[in-house]
Amino acid sequence: MLTFIAKRLIQSVLVMIAVGLITFALLRFVGDPISNMVGQDTSVAERAQLKEDLGLNDPFVIQFANFAKNAVQGEFGLSYTLRVPVSQLLSERIPATLELSILSAMLALFIGMPMGIYTAIHKDSWLTKLFLSSSLVGVSLPTFLIGILLILLFGVVFRWLPTFGRGEVVDLGWWSTGLLTWSGIKSLILPTITLAIFQLTLIMRLVRAEMLEVLRTDYIKFGRARGLSMKSIHYRHALKNTLIPVITITGLQLGSIIAFALITESVFQWPGMGLLFIQAIGNADVPIMAAYLVLIAFIFVAINLLVDILYVVLDPRLRTTVGD
Amino acid sequence: MQNENLSLYQDFRRRLADNDIWYSFKHTPMAYISAIAGLTMIALAVFAPLIAPQNPFDLASLDLFDASMPPSWMDQGDPRFLLGTDDQGRGILSTIFYGLRISLFVGFTSVFLSLLIGVSLGLISGYVGGRVDSIIMRIADVQLSFPAILIALLIDGVFRTVLSKEIHEDLALYVVIFAIAISGWVQYARTVRSSVMTEKIKEYVQAGQVIGLGSARIMIKHILPNVLGPVFVIGTLHLALAIIIEATLSFLGVGLPPTTPSLGTLIRIGNEYLFSGEWWITIFPGLTLIIVSLSVNLFGDWLRDALNPKLQ
Repeated sequence: MLTFIAKRLIQSVLVMIAVGLITFALLRFVGDPISNMVGQDTSVAERAQLKEDLGLNDPFVIQFANFAKNAVQGEFGLSYTLRVPVSQLLSERIPATLELSILSAMLALFIGMPMGIYTAIHKDSWLTKLFLSSSLVGVSLPTFLIGILLILLFGVVFRWLPTFGRGEVVDLGWWSTGLLTWSGIKSLILPTITLAIFQLTLIMRLVRAEMLEVLRTDYIKFGRARGLSMKSIHYRHALKNTLIPVITITGLQLGSIIAFALITESVFQWPGMGLLFIQAIGNADVPIMAAYLVLIAFIFVAINLLVDILYVVLDPRLRTTVGD
Repeated sequence: MQNENLSLYQDFRRRLADNDIWYSFKHTPMAYISAIAGLTMIALAVFAPLIAPQNPFDLASLDLFDASMPPSWMDQGDPRFLLGTDDQGRGILSTIFYGLRISLFVGFTSVFLSLLIGVSLGLISGYVGGRVDSIIMRIADVQLSFPAILIALLIDGVFRTVLSKEIHEDLALYVVIFAIAISGWVQYARTVRSSVMTEKIKEYVQAGQVIGLGSARIMIKHILPNVLGPVFVIGTLHLALAIIIEATLSFLGVGLPPTTPSLGTLIRIGNEYLFSGEWWITIFPGLTLIIVSLSVNLFGDWLRDALNPKLQ
């Protein structure tokens, strides 16, 4: 098991180095870093001096090592357009994105799981058919269109809910939250639903598939033969064994929720990391792009690694097979 | 000649009648309805210049007096513009036809390119094996842990910054196609690789090797036809995804520019007018997008089940 974890760890480090190289190349070779920092009237000699001071004449390997050292500390330089350290911009935006993502994940889990269980147990009920066919529609609807339709319905036609921004937020020092004010909560509703719908259909289909699989196994048949109540079979025995894959995959999905948050943030002008990144692409603001790239890659790699390890820890059967 | 064609046709008819998939297609309403809807969309896209009531790119025909008109059945609607007009006086129906053309073009070409890359890498990976295989599959593993839309967005974003603005405007279409193609090759490669692994130990491949055929010839002429089945299913479902990714990129403003508007671009443009009550500029392109992706998805779902004998 240790070799497996070591292997996965090395792979994760390699991925981060590859992402680092791409972002470094972006920062270093797109445009001229010097002219992004100084004005028109700076002399050639001063530019050359600055170049030397910044270490831009060092060999590639040393430059990359310096970049990596800074990146690990969250330092990506100044934003070209906003003239503020990127680390500061990101740390302001992270709470908005995380709040939205985690709430959506919870919504998707708490609605998707019961729906999945229901559709697996009551295979032929009309409600199951309704759930399944609407899940197909859910998969085919692009996230941004769901957002637009919700805005049109609840923001423009009925005027019940705010459609952009976070509303009033409360600053807790290192975290700003919208959960403590009425307008903050109201602002969260539409974006959270928008972001949750796709994940919800995914979780529902997953729970259903896993549950159906488990219901076919021998120990369930045995349980019925023993005369256990259907309730006990479904909820005590079947559900327990469907949960491992469901929880791991939901964990993996957290990464993609954070990525999809980018689209939702753009629709609702939600001041999170994704919106910052999209605006940075438009302005060719390379330091912000670089920071977002590294951060999102890190989140994905970390979640994947964690889930892989958890999987082996949780499921004793895997311990022997992935040993080598 | 005439007779030969006729008998060929009759032969084709007979084979079709005996075919399980055709039978399943005829008896699954979801399958033929989605096929009809999808084909209608393709036909509208292909013949857009012939059937669109106006040409939205012909600047001379635009009239600002026609701007922001509601659909023709509403008050102040104009019978010339069935679905209303946008802020520049372009008929929504016409812009949808042309937008559909661009969306479907991007969808089909990027899926084709993705399929080409994925199938080739899968063939090589499965047939050659060893170090080549493990490198390709490691890359595939890593890429699979990121959602396709994020990869497409990142590739697209990087190209945008690397290329200068003027060059990018001209190349946007190809950058988007390339980004979507790269984001989707893994599934093809994985599926093809695993089928190749089971095919390559069969006698016909060994026979080919014994009589001295080259590896490339064995891979392409003999193994490839036997592993293509599942590729079509993946391709169909990928088409829906590719169209959605393109629409999303364009909606975010990093896809196709307003000079070559796809459905996503149209939705983006219309989104700015949502609050002033001009809902038709956004909603009709949006509905078109839903019909396209839903019909392709439903058809793909049916195809997957129909080609999978285990489920019958």
